[in-house]
Amino acid sequence: MPIDFKTHEHDVLIVGAGGAGLRAAIESSAAGARTAVLSKSLLGKAHTVMAEGGMAAAMGNVDDRDNWRVHFADTMRGGQYLNNWRMAELHAKEAPERARELEAWGAVFDRTRDGRILQRNFGGHRYPRLAHVGDRTGLEMIRTLQDHGIHQGIDFFMEYTIITLLKDGDRIAGALAYDREWGHFHAFIAKAVVLATGGIGRAFKITSNSWEYTGDGHALAYEAGADLLDMEFVQFHPTGMVWPPSVRGILVTEGVRGEGGRLVNNAGRRFMFDDIPELYRNQVARDADEGWRYVLGDKEANRPPELLTRDHVARCINREVKAGRGSPHGGVFLDIGWIKGNKTLEGRTIDAAYIQKKLPSMYHQFKQLAGVDITAEPMEVGPTTHYVMGGVKVDGDTQMSRVPGLFAAGECAAGLHGANRLGGNSLSDLLVFGKRAGEFAAKYARETKTPAPARDQIDSAINAALEPFGRSAATEGPYQVQYDLQDRMQALVGIVRVESEMAQALDEISRLKERARRCRVEGHRQYNAGWHAAVDLASLLTVSEAVTRAAIERRESRGAQFRDDYPDKSAEFGKFNIVLRKGVDGAMQVIREPLRELPPELKAVVEENK
Amino acid sequence: MPGATLRIWRGDKDGGDFFEYRSDYEDGMVVLDVVHKVQAEQANDLAVRWNCKAGKCGSCSAEINGTPRLMCMTRMDTLPTDRPITVEPMQAFPVIRDLVTDVSWNYRVKRQIKPFAPRKPDAPDGTWRMQQADVERVQEFRKCIECFLCQDVCHVLRDHHKHEEFIGPRFFVYSAALEMHPLDTADRLADLKQAGSIGYCNITKCCTKVCPEHIHITDNAIIPLKERVVDEYYDPLKKLVRLFIPRRAER
Ligand SMILES: Cc1cc2nc3c(=O)[nH]c(=O)nc-3n(C[C@H](O)[C@H](O)[C@H](O)COP(=O)(O)OP(=O)(O)OC[C@H]3O[C@@H](n4cnc5c(N)ncnc54)[C@H](O)[C@@H]3O)c2cc1C
Ligand code: SF4
Ligand code: SF4
Ligand code: FES
Repeated sequence: MPIDFKTHEHDVLIVGAGGAGLRAAIESSAAGARTAVLSKSLLGKAHTVMAEGGMAAAMGNVDDRDNWRVHFADTMRGGQYLNNWRMAELHAKEAPERARELEAWGAVFDRTRDGRILQRNFGGHRYPRLAHVGDRTGLEMIRTLQDHGIHQGIDFFMEYTIITLLKDGDRIAGALAYDREWGHFHAFIAKAVVLATGGIGRAFKITSNSWEYTGDGHALAYEAGADLLDMEFVQFHPTGMVWPPSVRGILVTEGVRGEGGRLVNNAGRRFMFDDIPELYRNQVARDADEGWRYVLGDKEANRPPELLTRDHVARCINREVKAGRGSPHGGVFLDIGWIKGNKTLEGRTIDAAYIQKKLPSMYHQFKQLAGVDITAEPMEVGPTTHYVMGGVKVDGDTQMSRVPGLFAAGECAAGLHGANRLGGNSLSDLLVFGKRAGEFAAKYARETKTPAPARDQIDSAINAALEPFGRSAATEGPYQVQYDLQDRMQALVGIVRVESEMAQALDEISRLKERARRCRVEGHRQYNAGWHAAVDLASLLTVSEAVTRAAIERRESRGAQFRDDYPDKSAEFGKFNIVLRKGVDGAMQVIREPLRELPPELKAVVEENK
Repeated sequence: MPGATLRIWRGDKDGGDFFEYRSDYEDGMVVLDVVHKVQAEQANDLAVRWNCKAGKCGSCSAEINGTPRLMCMTRMDTLPTDRPITVEPMQAFPVIRDLVTDVSWNYRVKRQIKPFAPRKPDAPDGTWRMQQADVERVQEFRKCIECFLCQDVCHVLRDHHKHEEFIGPRFFVYSAALEMHPLDTADRLADLKQAGSIGYCNITKCCTKVCPEHIHITDNAIIPLKERVVDEYYDPLKKLVRLFIPRRAER
């Protein structure tokens, strides 16, 4: 039964209004393309707004030894060399310019003493590299892009959700959306589509991610024939809140550790000193005193072990908790209050007000949600699902997928981060590759004619979306299916993985797919949260399957993937990425794709920074 | 587990009513958690906006027991649970459905305010120099999460519906952030006076009281802006000067 829909026409359609989507839109519009941006939420509310710690860019404002070469080498080391090196190179080279551009558009970063953009320490970055505004950097970034973007002639469609991509033969032809307010359908005809939909964190129970993170872009691209890459690498951030239960998973920024916060177990032991990985041995402080000097900015000192990469810190915390050395609510302690009484390099005595100024939103968050004063008491923290390194496989220079006209940027694209993302490398990723995606999408649009998607794609997508309303006999709503999926993924495909449990997860996912096909939605189409949850379920299930299949295939432990049955890194598995593609029979194919070899000049950069 | 009754307003632009939902809740839960519990267990189609659940995105604004607040930052244990807790949509904006209101007016207002226009870069590499002390004022305003609670509480909008003439506290904060930005060169005083009707604000400070970011909206943004407008328009000498010299040259 054909249902009415409205048609819109643009050159470039951008799905997502986070940092990547907005930056892409600004670029695309500047290149003269008629550009539309759609987002599930209101403008300014995308995940980017929540980023806290900062954006990595080797500007060398605080330590002039920093430059793109060191940033490149840090990113590759953090990613355990599975990264798309071309992206890591472009990212390291272009991030400083993207940061400065934000300033030209009105962003107000914290300042150095000589009036330049201040940079802070973060895990895995050799020098202080993160441009930031207290602990609300993401807000500064999204608001700057939003306030600039609204004057660039871009069409914004807020609270519109894309449910399928449209094609004309092999190439992309636009996308179909519904609006939340009325539940009406809209066909957006476009020559190029940029996916900037963010991550997949809602596939897990404990997560720092919001309801938006259902992996829509990943699933849309997969269904349209693009490849997904590195999906086994899901980042569990070491420090999420663990108490009270209702805030479990909410992020505690790495900035706390960047400012000197230390991790201790219930015996008061600073356990991070007990386990230093080989790859980082030369870069870690020998004792607490050296670590603190590093925090203060002593160039001779090495970083405290709390600032090792996230995968490692998360596993150490997990180990302490499992060994019974955790805090009362199943985490460990993160203590920043101890820095009080110490002196900064400028000779100022650190007091509670200093901590509040450095970490205002953390102070606020703990005070209000947990009743904890972080300047006086330790926080309780534990790992939380945070970020997906995996995503749509794209060309490093243009961000185009293997589907002509389909681009991806930001968290929903893959390549830059390899097996593990360094903190702060996402915000810079959004800008560098958002810009590139916008630029090349506009170029592609200029060089192609307006496509004409076949009508039946639209009708069948609309009918599928409306089906849950008709299932009056069913007993189950979408939320129960979603909870069960999150629970299973957390338990079976979480921080520590084994083959048998993941095989079980695949079984459960196929059963959950059945349940999702039968679940029921009440009421009408207008702003109906239950309906939206039912529609999103399809994406969640697809990405869950992708994560699980890729994780089974990688029989080793590397970066964010830890396999209890294969606890070591394997040289063999360091030679390829894992790609997932929809087969002609509709089943998910798992492909091993050999890495491209590093060119000699980049190999030299890696060596010189070892 | 403790329990509470939520009295949630449900309906749309054609009208609606309060419905009571009884629910238990865990230690430490916030109002948004209980609303979600009701949504998952009793009313799947209940409409509510949220994103971050940590007071960072400004999506979950509503009126709880009559006070404009973020649902995700209002802990259940701060509310009396011996009687029903009312949760209703913001009153200053048209309702879409249940707790969701049409806040698009705010986005239209912002577009009418002159954007940031920086002076020429200070350094040959195209960058600027600003001291921390000089940006702190602006950083306070830039903490705004656009929850629009201040707009909701302001009587000029809420009771007098001056949406066409008055931009409201959020956009005084926004204008102040631009006007006081060390690099900005544009002039927004005429607009603040005419299109923004800053004069309608009679400094009741209700906006400051509800701001979840604790921005001193009245003291730090509105009053200084009012003073600038007064200096510009009611200073007799300046009035005279303006007769002969185009405005832009004065500042
Ligand atoms: C709490 C937290 C703190 C973080 N801190 C940092 C940090 O300090 N530094 C750092 O570098 N990174 C940080 N990150 C990671 C970083 O914030 C994110 O990876 C990044 O913001 C993602 O940006 P994006 O533009 O790719 O997507 P998002 O900002 O998430 O935007 C996604 C957009 O896509 C839209 N969308 C999704 N699906 C659809 C659909 N089907 N139809 C239409 N629209 C859709 C959404 O509505 C949204 O507008 C943090 C993440 C979290 C959660
Ligand atoms: S102080 Fe002014 S802007 Fe704020 S609520 Fe009162 S009248 Fe409105
Ligand atoms: S000024 Fe405060 S109350 Fe007003 S929109 Fe911003 S954060 Fe909300
Ligand atoms: S959900 Fe983001 S402020 Fe409440």
